[in-house]
This record gives sequence, structure tokens and C-alpha cells, in this order.
Amino acid sequence: MEYIDRLPSMDLMRSEKMMLAQLIIPVESAHRAVSYLGQLGLLQFRDLNDDKSPFQRTFVNQVKRCAEMSRKLRFFKDQIHKAGLGLSPHPASETDIELEDLEVGLAEHEHELIEMNHNSEKLQKTYNELLEFKMVLQKAGDFLMPDGNHSADHETELDENVHTNNDYADSASLLEQEMQPGMSDQSGVKFVSGVICKSKALRFERMLFRTTRGNMLFNQAPADDPIVDPASNEMVENIVFMVFFSGEQARKKIHKICEAFGANCYPVPEDSIKRRQITRDVLSRLSELETTLEAGLRHRDAALNSIAFQLTKWMNMVRREKAIYDTLNMLNFDVTKKCLVGEGWCPIFAKTMIQDALQRATFDSSSQVGIIFHVMDSIESPPTFFRTNHFTNAYQEIVDAYGVAKYQEANPAVYTVITFPFLFAVMFGDWGHGICLLLGALVLIAREKRLGSQKLGSFMEMLFGGRYVLLLMSLFSIYCGFIYNEFFSVPFHIFGSSAYKCRDATCRYQFVPQMIFLNSLFGYLSLLIIIKWCTGSQADLYHVMIYMFLSPFEDLGENKLFWGQAVIAVPWMLFPKPFILKRLHTERFQGRAYGILGTSDMYSDEEPDSARHPHGEEEFNFSEVFVHQMIHSIEFVLGAVSNTASYLRLWALSLAHSELSTVFYEKVLLLAWGYNNFMIRLVGLAVFAFATAFILLMMETLSAFLHALRLHWVEFQNKFYSGDGYKFKPFSFASLTDEDE
Amino acid sequence: MYGFEAMTFNIHGGYLEAIVRGYRSGLLTAADYNNLCQCETLDDIKMHLSATEYGTYLQNEPSPLHTTTIVEKCTLKLVDEYKHMLTQATEPLSTFLEYITYGHMIDNVVLIVTGTLHERDVQELLEKCHPLGMFDSIATLAVAQNMRELYRLVLVDTPLAPYFSECITSEDLDDMNIEIMRNTLYKAYLEDFYRFCQKLGGATAELMSDLLAFEADRRAVNITINSIGTELTREDRRKLYSNFGLLYPYGHEELAICEDIDQVRGAMEKYPPYQSIFSKLSYGESQMLDKAFYEEEVKRLCLSFEQQFHYAVFFAYMRLREQEIRNLMWISECVAQNQKSRVHDSVVFIF
Repeated sequence: MEYIDRLPSMDLMRSEKMMLAQLIIPVESAHRAVSYLGQLGLLQFRDLNDDKSPFQRTFVNQVKRCAEMSRKLRFFKDQIHKAGLGLSPHPASETDIELEDLEVGLAEHEHELIEMNHNSEKLQKTYNELLEFKMVLQKAGDFLMPDGNHSADHETELDENVHTNNDYADSASLLEQEMQPGMSDQSGVKFVSGVICKSKALRFERMLFRTTRGNMLFNQAPADDPIVDPASNEMVENIVFMVFFSGEQARKKIHKICEAFGANCYPVPEDSIKRRQITRDVLSRLSELETTLEAGLRHRDAALNSIAFQLTKWMNMVRREKAIYDTLNMLNFDVTKKCLVGEGWCPIFAKTMIQDALQRATFDSSSQVGIIFHVMDSIESPPTFFRTNHFTNAYQEIVDAYGVAKYQEANPAVYTVITFPFLFAVMFGDWGHGICLLLGALVLIAREKRLGSQKLGSFMEMLFGGRYVLLLMSLFSIYCGFIYNEFFSVPFHIFGSSAYKCRDATCRYQFVPQMIFLNSLFGYLSLLIIIKWCTGSQADLYHVMIYMFLSPFEDLGENKLFWGQAVIAVPWMLFPKPFILKRLHTERFQGRAYGILGTSDMYSDEEPDSARHPHGEEEFNFSEVFVHQMIHSIEFVLGAVSNTASYLRLWALSLAHSELSTVFYEKVLLLAWGYNNFMIRLVGLAVFAFATAFILLMMETLSAFLHALRLHWVEFQNKFYSGDGYKFKPFSFASLTDEDE
Repeated sequence: MYGFEAMTFNIHGGYLEAIVRGYRSGLLTAADYNNLCQCETLDDIKMHLSATEYGTYLQNEPSPLHTTTIVEKCTLKLVDEYKHMLTQATEPLSTFLEYITYGHMIDNVVLIVTGTLHERDVQELLEKCHPLGMFDSIATLAVAQNMRELYRLVLVDTPLAPYFSECITSEDLDDMNIEIMRNTLYKAYLEDFYRFCQKLGGATAELMSDLLAFEADRRAVNITINSIGTELTREDRRKLYSNFGLLYPYGHEELAICEDIDQVRGAMEKYPPYQSIFSKLSYGESQMLDKAFYEEEVKRLCLSFEQQFHYAVFFAYMRLREQEIRNLMWISECVAQNQKSRVHDSVVFIF
């Protein structure tokens, strides 16, 4: 009993009462006040600087600094991700730092990181070059060895070449060296060797062939190890090539082509002893570089780790700061430039909390002047704010997806809590399947705490968000399953043999004429259905309904009803409303003339930038309203007919569901059981379980869910729900999300 | 089947037409330009653009921005959109989309060839190339010594190969014949594109022939103005004009013999659509001609969105985006060089 007393009245049915408040905040406490309000999260600020572009606003520099900081943080995050490190999931919250310090710290970290990256990139490049050189040297040996027919004559010529070589070991970059070896002689065949990316090799060869008019020999071999591209950090597959050619012109051209294709050329001496010596040199330098690279990498990882420890916290902080400055940008300076003026919507119950937060802000920033908070009135429609809990939230979401309720409009989510699972269950009535769903829903609810705190995939997120919908859906399907008497399509004789598989179409509607129109048709139908149940009569109900329209004035014999019911309701719906509206308008207009006189001097001292935007007087046009009403009536009558057809979906889908499960039961499980073979039975059972889980439980649930959704949005809500309000979006730190992801 | 596109167009083209119209609504508006023109620094421009569709492309750029970065990132967005459309397109739309890039391809070829002639670094030149006009072996252009080699080594693999038949000579490359090559290629390209659009028929042919004719006429005027006072003969000049367009053939005869800007003006004012362009200019002036032409072009491009079931919207969108990027480049340059008074000189509002 106590619990019920503590419930707020009309909690879900009507949205919270809102008020428009004005805040006058001294500049020195503005930041703190806004940050406290953000923690509270119950005030929706209005943008008073709508006409100004982002960089003309007051706190543009702070916003820019925040954007710059978040860019740096994104850079860190990217680097941490690339290095394969993880972020610490729980932000370290022991030390609070100032934004200015953070800015300086971030800049330092960034500088350090960039430098380290630059160094390691340089090292990596050298390392890559050496690695490529090593591969070229190894492969070149194979190319130059006389193992085939055609390479033999090259060999003889190449052997004559006098090899002049200089010292490689000390040079910084091998690419910068002259291509001395291999082309020492003026005549005869020379060669260029190097490494090129595998994907470019074919085009490279074709280009070489064209330029030299075929006077060349292209040897290639796949490189042993892929090489890390420092720019993209990806492994690139390469091949080692060696081009034999003759002539100075060809050499120049080949070099140009190598350059154009980004192929790295390395000089290779033909002398095998020399080659071995260089290979040794290269190998020793490689191992040296490897240790340097390792050390650099360790150093960088350590730096990144220390950043990763704090990163989540920093990101939250920067995001909050940016939100605060964005909000401050919505405020206006007053005339003296010492105060900021803000306006915003808040629910009435939050008034004391907001005032409390503002007082704290004044106190904490030791400001001389308090923050003024007063209520204004406004012509504008306030935002809609429903307080929801774990349970009702999902239903409210279903309704909001169709349209947000107008301020203080009746909220269909109240009905949806029951009607949605019920309509679902009508289509999904099978208590065997229902129990499976129930188990799933219970698992989700039992793990609510754990699942709620972590990030889920989009599908799981959807399931988790709708866990209470799922729960009620499964309970109702068990209920409907009992009524239909179905358990995995097998009838259970619990309540005797009769199954109530006759489904009725019930609707809830608002207006009296509409009610009469509908009740005279469908209420009558419902009545007939109940009579049929009770008396066991064999009258064809469809017949009754159809003949009622086709020949309303004829005697229908046994299917008697009071005639002309539809004929009365339609004009009733059509005519009175415009007249009533006209009368109302006239009254309102007369009333307003006095109203304006009375209120005009009350508000004359109001500030110019207040929220008052009086709307122009709307001309009342009788014929327009009449035409409007006519359209509405026609729409309603047609809608009623088509909606009835839509409710037939319930029947069709429930039939489909039971037929499908019967098929699986009889054709798979019973068939397999017919054999006296263990293996076949096992296979049959597996197929049946698979079909039940995926087709009946997942796909059928989805289809029944979608149809229930459609019935609510199209058939139910378009009857009375205007849904043209806008949602209450308070400035709240809790709702700040990672917009970068 | 003119007039019946509505029956079948959406089977293959509907999705992409919707996409391109969606892209178009992301173009900057006059209000955006007004705000951009008031910016004090490049950071302000970045901040303003972050509220537009360019936001994600610019958000990770460190703060001392350069004009080139802004232009590069904005172009990247265009290229991404283009690639998205190209991968979704089926024939003949995919060929149509490819045709749009050939102009950039010609410009890139000329850029690289001119650059290597003046012994610039190839990598540096490649960075300056328009990403839409890139092809596989573009870097190898540097190897070629003359037109024949250019064709035989590199361009034979590209879609530009057929356009080269007019200009294969063994002459060594120099600035003059590179420029002639550019215009000959462009002429062949425009004529080919025009024929292709005529083959497509329907609203595409109608709208594209109008847009391409305008392009051809503008090129004719520009060739004439740029060749005044050079050693290009009248016959050679006449050969560079495309064989279609409003000026073809009689206007070309007149343009071929023009000796100064006022004679060009005299020749052009006989054509009502161009009268309005030239009436904006004072006598003897050719500086503002580019802007006047761009404005007229933008107007025509925007109009092509008024019809449905045709491919000209893709052409129009690409051109409008390029114009937008030109605008952004100009504004950024003006802001960066503190020349804000000149900001309106070259900006063409799109809506």
C-alpha cells in the first residue's frame, strides 16, 4: 500500500508538467553552475544565439581548444590501438586535474609520441632497406649462377666485368649510392636489381619490355618475408627482380621507370666472394638495427601504456568541458556584460533540485552575487518528458519511434505495455515456444547488471534493450498457448478437447461517433462471436458482415441486426464538429480581446530576448474546416475497413505459426522416430531442435514482433495519437556519448 | 525511347540517382558561404566546415592548417563519393561516370609531362595531380621523350588512347605542343563524350548535349583568348575547336580570325545565351570572364536536377562539387593571405 502511495500520479499516462525558467548567472560562477546542471541533467537549455554562426559565439576559443584536445586524444587512441594495447576500462578518478594542465600535458605527450614515431619510422625505413638488400643479395646469387641455358652467356660476359666497389657499410642510405656495380663496363650486358611490390610487378615488367623494345631479360623471384610498410603499417608482399639489358640509354630509362614505380634498386656485385662479404655486413647491421628498433618500440609502448591508463578519464573530461562550453555558447550576455542570461525547460518537480545546484555553484565559486532563477511563461509548446524505468522504457521507445507525444497528451505506451505482448502472443501462441522465450528473457534480466555495463553488439543491444518486452511477450504466449492448447504444435488435453481458435477483432477508439460506427460493425461482430460460442450456432459470421454492407435494407433472415447503423454514424461524424469548432472559435476570439487588454502592461517590462513569440491570429475558415472534417471522415471509414483487414493478420499469422510447427513436428521428429535407428533419431532430433530454435523461435518471433509493431503504429495509434511533440533533451553529462565512434 | 525512361530507369539507375540527389543536398548553401567569408583564420573555416559534411574529413587535422590540406581533404570526400557511386553503377552508367574523369586524366597527363620537361620531381608532381584523373602507370609518363613514346609506352593502356590519334608526332615535347596536345585531347574527349550521350538518348542526351555544348563553347573562347598574340596559326586554332556546340560551325569561323578580346566579344554577342555573359564585362576586360562562365555553368548544372530519370545529374553533381572546392580554396587563400576584400571575386554561389 505504501508503495502505491509513493507512486507519482499519472506517471506514465501524461508527460511531466514543464516550465520555462530563466537563469541569470554571474560570469564568474557560470562554468561551475552549468557543470552542476550537467551533472543533474534536468534542464534543457534553449539556444538564444541561433542567428550567430559557431565562431561568432562567446566561448568559441574554448570550444576550439576542446576540439583540438579531443583530436589529440583521438590520435593517442589510434596509436594505442595500432600498438595493440588496451585502454584501461575504468577511468582512474583519484586525481583531478585542471583543463589548462591537461592541455599542456596533452601537447607534451603528442610531441613526444610524434618524435618517437618519426624516429622509429626512420629506423624502420633503414631496416626495410637492409632487409630488401639482403633478399636481393640472396636472390641475385640464384639469378647469376649458371644454372640455366640462357643465363650462361650472360655469365661469361658478366665475368669480364671489372668490379669496382666502394664501401657500403658506413653509408646512411643505400638508395643514395651510385649504381656502380653491375654496369661498370661500357659495352656488354648490365643489370639492375631491386625489390618491387608484388601487385605492380606485372605492369613494371610490361613497361620495361615496351621501353627497351624487348631487349631485356627480366628475372624475378618472390621475396621470402613480407615487409612492413611504415606508412600504413601493413605487410606488403614483394618480389625481387633483376633486369639484364645493354646500352646507356636503356639504363637511364630503366632507372626512371624504377623510380616511377617506386621500386627500390640495390647494387649487387657479380663477384660471389664480394657478395658474401656484403651479405655478412648487411646481416650484422640488420641485427644491430633490430635491437635498436626493439628498444624504441618498448619505449614507445611504455609511453603509450601510461597514456592508456588515463585516456578514458581524459576523454570524458574533455567531452564534458566541450559540452559545458557549447551550452555556455547558448547563453546571452546581459546589458552590463557581467551576467549570462539563459533560458531552458525543466520539469516542475526538478525546481528545487536545480535551485539547490545553483546555490552550490554560487557557494563553491565564492561568488558575491547569487544566481537568479525564475519561472517565465511561454506560448511555445513545452517538450515532452516521460519518466520511465527499466520496465517501461522499452515500451516508451516503441511509441516514440512512431512519434513523440504532444505535451500532456495521453501516452499510448501505457496500453502498449499490455496490448503489444498480447497481440504478439495471439500470433505466437504456443506455450512450448513461449517457455523457450521466457528462459531467454530471464537470462537477460538475470544478467542485467553485467550486460548493462558493457558494450554489446547491435543485435544483442536490441535484445537486451527489449528484455522486458520479451518477458511479457513470452508470458502472454504461454497464456495464449494454453488457450490454443498447443505445445510445440502438440495439443495437450488440459481443459478438455475444445480449442478456442476463433480470434476476435477488438479496437479501442475515442470519439463517440467513431465508437458508434465501429461498435455497430465490430462490436456487433464481437457480440455475434460470443453468441456463437455460447450457443454453438453454425451461422457464418463473414456472411453477416458482408451482406450488411451489400444490402443493408434487406431482411437478413436469421442474421438480424438493427439496420442502417453505419448510415447514421457517418453523417454524425461528419457534420457537428465544424459547427462546434466555429462556436468555440468565436468564443475564444471574444475572450481574447479582453485577455490582451488585461495582460499587455503586465509583460511590458519583460526582456526583449524572452521566449515570447506570439503567433499571428489565424483566420477561421469554415469551409476549410468542413472540407478537413470531410476528409477525416472518409479517411476514418476507409481506415476502419482496411484496419479490420490488418487485424486479420493476427489470425493468419497464428495459423501460419501453428502450421509451421506442426510440419516440423510431424515431418521431421515423428518421421525420424518412425525408424528404429538411433542415428536417424538423433539426426531428426537435431534438425527439429535447429528448426525450432532458428525458424520458429527467431524468425517467427521477429515476424510476429514486426506485425505487432505495425498493428500498434498504423492501426492503433493513428486512431487518436497525434504524436507531434518533441522530446525533452536535458543538458546532461550522462547522455554524452562517444560521438566519434 | 524518349519519354519512357520512367518505366525502366529505376531498375538500374534509381538507387544511384537517389544517392546523388542526397549528396547534392549536402552542398554548401549561400548561408554557409556567408559564414565562411566572415572567417578570420583557417581554424575558423575548419570549425565551420566541421558542422557540414566535410566535418569527418577535417576533424583529425592538427591545428596549423594549410589551404592545401583543406582542399585535399575536401577533394578526398568527392573522390570517396565518386568511388562509391562507381562501384554501385551498372552499364551504361558506369561508363558515363568514367567519362566524367577523363578530363582530369588529360590535365594530369599534361601536368606530369610539363613538369618533367621542367625537371620537377615526379613524386611532387603526383601529389599535385587530381585524384580523380589517376591511372595505374601515370608516373611512367616521365620516361617519355616525345608524343609517340608517350602514346606507345603509357597512354595506350588508358582510355585516352583513341583521342591520341590526332596528335602522334615524333617532335620533342615543348610547352607549345603540350598545350596543343591538351586541347586536341580535350576536343576529342568532348566529342566522344557527346557522341556517347547521344547514343544513350532520352533526357540524358538532351541535357548533356546542352551542358557539353556549353563546355565546348567555353573552351573555344578560352583557346581563342589564350592564343591571341602567339604563333598559333588560324588554321591550327580552328582545328582545336570541338565540332559541336552552339558556335559550331559559323561561330568558329569568326573566332578563328579574332585578334583581340573585343573581336571575340563581337563574335560571341551574336549568340543570345552568351550575350548575357559578355554584357557583364566591360570592354577590353577578360579577367572576370572565367567567373561569368562559371556562374552560367553552375546555373545550368543546377537546372539539370529539375528533371528526373537521366544521368546528367551525376555530371552536374561532380561539377558542382568541384566548383565548391574551388570556392573553398579561394576563400581559404583569401583568409590565409589576409585579402578578405577580394573574397567575393571568385566565389560562385551554388544555390
